Amino acid sequence: MNKEKLLSCQNAVIGYDNNVAVNDVTFDLYKGDYLCIVGENGSGKSTLLKGILGLLPLKSGKVSFCSDLHRTDIGYLPQQTSEQQDFPATVKEVVLSGCLNKKGLFPFFTKADRTRVQENLQRLGISDIADKSYRELSGGQQQRVLLARALCSASSLLLLDEPVTGLDPVVTSDFYKLIKQLNKDLGIAVIMVSHDISCAVKNAGKILHLGERETVFFGDTADYLKSEAGHRFANTEEDENA
Amino acid sequence: MLDFFSEMFSYSFMQRAVIAGVLVALCSALLGVTLVLKRYSMIGDGLSHVGFGAACIAMALNVTPLKIAVPVVVIAAFLLMRINSSAKIKGDAAIALISSSAIAVGVIAASLTTGLNSDVSGYMFGSILMMSDTNVVTSVVLSCVVLVLYIVFYNRIFSVTFDESFAAATGTKTGIYNTLIALLTAVTVVVGMRMMGALLISSLIIFPALSSMRICKSFKSVTVVCAIVSVLCFFIGISASYALNTPAGASVVVANAVCLILFSATGAVLRRVRK
Repeated sequence: MNKEKLLSCQNAVIGYDNNVAVNDVTFDLYKGDYLCIVGENGSGKSTLLKGILGLLPLKSGKVSFCSDLHRTDIGYLPQQTSEQQDFPATVKEVVLSGCLNKKGLFPFFTKADRTRVQENLQRLGISDIADKSYRELSGGQQQRVLLARALCSASSLLLLDEPVTGLDPVVTSDFYKLIKQLNKDLGIAVIMVSHDISCAVKNAGKILHLGERETVFFGDTADYLKSEAGHRFANTEEDENA
Repeated sequence: MLDFFSEMFSYSFMQRAVIAGVLVALCSALLGVTLVLKRYSMIGDGLSHVGFGAACIAMALNVTPLKIAVPVVVIAAFLLMRINSSAKIKGDAAIALISSSAIAVGVIAASLTTGLNSDVSGYMFGSILMMSDTNVVTSVVLSCVVLVLYIVFYNRIFSVTFDESFAAATGTKTGIYNTLIALLTAVTVVVGMRMMGALLISSLIIFPALSSMRICKSFKSVTVVCAIVSVLCFFIGISASYALNTPAGASVVVANAVCLILFSATGAVLRRVRK
């Protein structure tokens, strides 16, 4: 394990107003890791992600970017808002906006940005819809567009917040495959929030299981399956199958 | 036709009204696209009511209305943006509270001093006769500022409008852009209020944006069409008001409403054809 550390989260406590949503979470992320954050509804998965991104202030603890990770190397795929569903913008416009964080104070896009957009559209197999309007797309296509935008802004870390919500099973499994491929081929580290534990253990190399009060588990997926929490999950899985 | 326009423009108050109005229409259209898409449409309405209250108080104190209205509305804009992003008081209820309180305070201030005279009704429903040279200068300066800022920050405004959390997460300082939009909206509303009236100015922000969204697919085309629609509708409205002797503000709103109906119908037909 001589991999470079990207991000370190130490005893992070995050919350809204007086409610603590994330209590004392500690984990490290290395280059090329694929980490899945799982847990019940209300265990603070998305909140933790927002804390890492600096969208919410930390009440205590520390999130530090290591080596040469900067805010401008991060891609983020947030949960979709209802405002976006009928937003009049073409796919190209949306994906281009992902290039903005690398531009510093320069206000306009260059040819290099447009090439980058083309590459990412191709990588995700959506170049044919580049000129379509975002609001005319299906849910799966919209998620791919937002992923393409995240890839434009990401060079070493990708954060995904429940990326398959509302997608049908076929599209969902395609999407998971895509993310795994990006993680492998481009060596981009991935942090994904998911409530789907079975897909998490299938895809991710590491699991962070948040409970209501404390971290239930953090470590390799293989160890997770042997742990108590993993056992409990495996049992419910069997129940569901039975 | 030509005679009609040359007669219309022979009056200096019409020249002033058209110059200032076209520019205000342009600014409000550009800002309107962002405000409507961010679900801030009602902020324009709330701000104009605050502007009305502030103008009435200024008249009661015998001060130039702009001097009080501009700072008060700018402060109100910051407050409303803040309230909208906090979950405790729902934004729409807060705007309704602030609007009605501001009008109430303004009406009381006016009736205690000058009485509800034609100046007050001018602020309420608008009057082209109230456009002074200062207003024309203000609107020219304002619209130049809005245009330049809008073009320079166009890509960032798009990013913040489409997805504020993505923009913030990847390092854009979204607070600055929200503040900028609030500031520009506040000034636009106050300058436009004199001609369009406090009750009608928000239509300049909302109608053109909605019209252009009926038929355009990209953000860029929405922005451009919105600007054109807004300026054209203003011009048609004010010409009609001159020809038919109807109130200017109301005529512009009706022109915009007709335009929205036409665009909606066109949009529906286009969608059917494409399928």
